[in-house]
Amino acid sequence: MTTYIIRRALWLIPVVFVVSLITFLLMHAAPGTPFQPTSDRPLPPQVVERLEQQFGLNKPIWEQYFNWIGGIILHFDLGPSYRIRGRDVQEIIGDNVWRSVQLGGMAFALAVIVGIPLGVIAALRQNKWPDYAATFVSVIGIATPSFVLAVLLVLIFSIGLHWFPTSGWKGPEYWVLPTVALSGYGIAQVGRYTRASMLEVTRRDYVRTAQSKGLKERTIVSVHMLRNAFIPVVTILGPLLAGLVTGSFVVESVFAIPGIGRFFVDAIFQRDYGIIMATTLLYAVLIAVMNLVVDVAYAWIDPRIRYS
Amino acid sequence: MAVQSTTVDAKVAERPPASLYRDAFERLRKNRLAIVGGFIVIFLVLLAIVGPFVTPYGYDQLATNQVREFRGPLNPGQGGHLFGTDQLGRDLMSRIMDGARISMTVALVVQVTVLLIGVPLGAAAGWFGGRIDNLLMRFTDIVYAFPDLLFIILLTVVFKDTWFGKAVDGLLLVFVAIGIVSWVGVARLVRGQLLSLKETEFVEAARAIGVPDRRIVTRHLLPNSIGPIIVAITLGIPGAILAESLLAFIGIGATPPRASWGTLILDGQIWMSSEPHLLLFPAIAIALALLSFTFLGDGLRDALDPKLKGKQ
Amino acid sequence: MTATDDDRRADTGSPAVAELPEAVELPESISLETEEGRRLASQLADEKTKHARKLLEVRDLKTQFFTKDGVVHAVDGVDFELDYGETLGLVGESGCGKSVTALSLTRLVPDPPGKIVSGEIIFDGVNIMKLSNEEMRLLRGKRIGFIFQDPMTSLNPTLTIGFQIAESARLHLGLSNRAADDRAVELLSKVGIPRARDRMKDYPHQFSGGMRQRVMIAIALACDPMLLLADEPTTALDVTIQAQILELIRSLSDEFGTAVILITHDLGIAAGMCHRVNVMYAGQIVETGLVDDLFENPRMPYAWGLLDSLPRLDEERGSRLRTIEGMPPDLLRTGGECRFAPRCPYVRDVCRSAEPELTPRQEELHMARCFGTEPGGWIQ
Repeated sequence: MTTYIIRRALWLIPVVFVVSLITFLLMHAAPGTPFQPTSDRPLPPQVVERLEQQFGLNKPIWEQYFNWIGGIILHFDLGPSYRIRGRDVQEIIGDNVWRSVQLGGMAFALAVIVGIPLGVIAALRQNKWPDYAATFVSVIGIATPSFVLAVLLVLIFSIGLHWFPTSGWKGPEYWVLPTVALSGYGIAQVGRYTRASMLEVTRRDYVRTAQSKGLKERTIVSVHMLRNAFIPVVTILGPLLAGLVTGSFVVESVFAIPGIGRFFVDAIFQRDYGIIMATTLLYAVLIAVMNLVVDVAYAWIDPRIRYS
Repeated sequence: MAVQSTTVDAKVAERPPASLYRDAFERLRKNRLAIVGGFIVIFLVLLAIVGPFVTPYGYDQLATNQVREFRGPLNPGQGGHLFGTDQLGRDLMSRIMDGARISMTVALVVQVTVLLIGVPLGAAAGWFGGRIDNLLMRFTDIVYAFPDLLFIILLTVVFKDTWFGKAVDGLLLVFVAIGIVSWVGVARLVRGQLLSLKETEFVEAARAIGVPDRRIVTRHLLPNSIGPIIVAITLGIPGAILAESLLAFIGIGATPPRASWGTLILDGQIWMSSEPHLLLFPAIAIALALLSFTFLGDGLRDALDPKLKGKQ
Repeated sequence: MTATDDDRRADTGSPAVAELPEAVELPESISLETEEGRRLASQLADEKTKHARKLLEVRDLKTQFFTKDGVVHAVDGVDFELDYGETLGLVGESGCGKSVTALSLTRLVPDPPGKIVSGEIIFDGVNIMKLSNEEMRLLRGKRIGFIFQDPMTSLNPTLTIGFQIAESARLHLGLSNRAADDRAVELLSKVGIPRARDRMKDYPHQFSGGMRQRVMIAIALACDPMLLLADEPTTALDVTIQAQILELIRSLSDEFGTAVILITHDLGIAAGMCHRVNVMYAGQIVETGLVDDLFENPRMPYAWGLLDSLPRLDEERGSRLRTIEGMPPDLLRTGGECRFAPRCPYVRDVCRSAEPELTPRQEELHMARCFGTEPGGWIQ
């Protein structure tokens, strides 16, 4: 297992390399430069030249790339921001990324904490009212994109009932609505998968074996069924977590949360290479690490899986 | 212990031969949710095709006759506008129909892109195996590792001002960008299908009588994996529609005055407390599209894979 | 019948010790604290009641499945008895109701769509049809062990086999974790798993099919049950392994004095393992008798057919295996005629006008459901 984790961690290196290379090439293939993003209001050529020299943008592309990569490897330095004078990329994106990740993480936790019991209860009370109630929740979750849910929640709970603030990210009461909005889809998916998987497990031979041992209903469900039912659910958790962390963009824009979303879009418009590269890279690493965690959890739940 | 022993088995009852797909269709027909989903899908497609021709207003047509005294959005039913109008006096129903056109095109273009990339890659990996498989799957892993929303945003913003970025009101770029990050699932699926089908007797039989490889793949392997591919494609559509509307909501995609459902919701958000219809109608449209494709896809999955029957 | 009531009370009470009818006085040498003591005590108790009653009496059992196409009469009026320690075979084609009979005995018929609609099942003096679900649960695994057909799917893939064996010992015998583990190790070596203690922590996928069936046997015997239901225990296994598993079931049931109902479609197995055999057809018992009587002098054309379809060593090579013509009947519609009539080579009008009863034949315990072999019948 340790070998497997190490190998997967090493696999991160080529991933990061390719992701950064593609991002880099894309950025430079685009028309415009950090100091000349559009042709609307051109800076005087001498100024542009001086700035480009200062940031090394006049060098060949491959040299720029290796300087940047070298900076990361040698000094753990993500380089300067081209647009926000005198500040490092690290400083700028640090706080914002953290907020986005926090939002995505909380939404993921909520999706799992609510979705799994929802699916289990629905399966155990198949075709009775708890099942229908759970189905209703997942229908809402599938039918309502996070940004629609976000807007509706603001309409009801902020503007209507004044329970929660409409925007900002200043404390726990500000976290509630964005987290719920973002997790709606996740709750629905986790709930649906759990329900289907539980129903599947109910018909398995080993459940009949457990019954023939005279075990209590509760023991059969908690010891013999849940863990087996989780196995297929775990496979969707990796993509779900990645989706929620990147998807937080949209919810951030509804609640005016100073996360990485708006920042990233602006950076692309302004061709702020440093920030774009750093953000994509950060997310690539984040997603890869989360997938690794999910895979390890998978092996932990299903003893038949042995990575080598 | 007696050495002699035998099994007492009755001959299996003979059944009228029914093809796999006829069986599947019968199962699908009995699934009420899937059928409702299917009808809504047909309705949305028709709406996208003919809707804009039958509405009395264009999606970008301002209510010119009222422009002097115009004070804001019209409520549903006012002034001959069934769904009301937006703040500029544009008919909301017509705009939603145009949005349907965008969403259905997304569904089509993205999934075609997915098929064009995913099926050949997956088939090659599954059929050749070995180093080719390894190489292709590592490539797939890397694409999978891309934070896809970031990548789509990057692509669309970077190429915004090129000819490609301006094609079809700026939509083609968005569609293709979504497609480029979405094919991994189908590629893996096709590969897995081929890997397992490759070992079956009928493929060995085909090989034994000297059917060329190419023909085995195209005539035996791919047709046999078509069920799971259909299911994956159908269930991928809600994701594509969602991605497009999500981008529109953060201001990336169709150039005004064209408006995707995401844009309509973004606009509706501004007026939500006083004019909730501007928010609700587009939200309902998205909900219908997402639900109908999901139910249809679930139904197809249950119908095409009898082993999973009863799951939903 | 007081013993019955006492038993029931004991069953619902502490599962640990109180297994005895109160009337039995224990000699001081027997302590209920030890496993040996409990075994002796229960033997003593058994001795007192053994001759008075059967371990199992099944009366007019009917189990039906309510499906979209109608009611399937899977088990349709089955009567039989089983002595303490006896091995009974239940044989017949697939779909004749033998597995459903076994599931009915433990009330594990999947509901819906299945339901036991009538009948009495008296197990060790207790009518289990009248037990509450909770009382029934305490009987399963403790007094009645179950071995299923497919050992590949009948074990839980996510739990260690040690846990799966120890689990019911902990529950029904009230053993501590360590004592239950010790018991599991003991059982594992009893069923012939080498290095039993080391293998406790292994998962089912680390065992072969035959080994898994050994584990299933260990689970079924974990609480030293009075009755073992073995539903086609060797069908899914290699022929070479089959004999080993059957030998294991036989030796352990002898050692523990466990009664066995062996369900099989394989007459060879039934002949080698059982004292008595019930032949089932279309949800009914069509012939029953001691194994020798039944095999030497079958009194029902269906049983002949089954025996004839066995390949024989004294036959010319290359001769065709015989089969029974036709198909098992549709269990949606039954009654009014002998169920085997459509396939029977000796059929007469009377067979189509009434359903025969299970009536005695000349040997003791030998009964058959056939007009043709009744006294004065047309079949010799």
